[in-house]
Amino acid sequence: MATRIAVIRFPGTNCEFDVAEALSDLGATADILFHDERSLGGADAVVIAGGFAHGDYLRPGAIARFSPIMDAIRRFADEGGPVIGICNGFQVLTEAHMLPGALQKNAGSKFRCETVELRVESTRSPLTSRAQVGDVLRLPINHFEGNYTCSPETLEELRAEDRIILRYVDNPNGSVDDIAGICNAGRNVVGLMPHPERACNELLGSGDGIVMMRSLIDAASAAAAAA
Amino acid sequence: MTFDVAVEVRLRPGIADPEGSTIERALPALGFEGVSGVSVGKSIRFRVEAPDEGSARELVQDMCDRFLTNPVIEEAEIALTPAATAAAVD
Repeated sequence: MATRIAVIRFPGTNCEFDVAEALSDLGATADILFHDERSLGGADAVVIAGGFAHGDYLRPGAIARFSPIMDAIRRFADEGGPVIGICNGFQVLTEAHMLPGALQKNAGSKFRCETVELRVESTRSPLTSRAQVGDVLRLPINHFEGNYTCSPETLEELRAEDRIILRYVDNPNGSVDDIAGICNAGRNVVGLMPHPERACNELLGSGDGIVMMRSLIDAASAAAAAA
Repeated sequence: MTFDVAVEVRLRPGIADPEGSTIERALPALGFEGVSGVSVGKSIRFRVEAPDEGSARELVQDMCDRFLTNPVIEEAEIALTPAATAAAVD
């Protein structure tokens, strides 16, 4: 049976179809779930897709945190289930306190929409297990609030525990320590600003996201087998 | 008692404020020279019921800490004033 991955859609999410297509092209079953659901329907992994959940009102991710589906996602994560937040999904996970720190507005006042190079810093995550440390991946970014910041203590913790999984080769937004993606202490919750789902076809400029999507499908299969 | 509440949300010192710096750079184009330190925040206004001002302030502070601000990047200043009630008008 194909691995089932829930792709979460809030009002204002706009990357859910890209994520679902990238996953189904690789053989997984992607179920798009609306934010008012209270159950993940037996999914083996969760992707919180990018966009502007709840219009980014108050702050990106601030309202999404209260959507009914978030309780189910939190329980799933507490049990070790793989949860990935891409772009706005990363912002949602920080606002929900499932990942530390915050995404502030980009340094340099610019909305950044381009393909950037990212260095894989840790393979101990559900998104990078198939990559090699030091691999450079070309992935699109598309954000205004992507400038990762956290307290010096949190930064020290992230470094010491190998929880920075991706760094920008050429920092586009001012993120502290060039951070593009991190994971939680349990290593099953990952947030990143770049969009691997938009880099799953050479025709569209890069296939470098495929290694991440395959890693996620592996993690989902492992979670399914463990359940 | 009912209180009128004004919460001013500001970015913490050192947090990027591209809106503020863009406004600051634009002002001289209209001839406004000598402006510095422009920062942009937001103001949130509402009414709250509480037994007294102290408990109202405590309630609003809790809202700020848990929802109205993201304490990693923002801070809030709270202003409370007793609301003019219908009884007071009479």
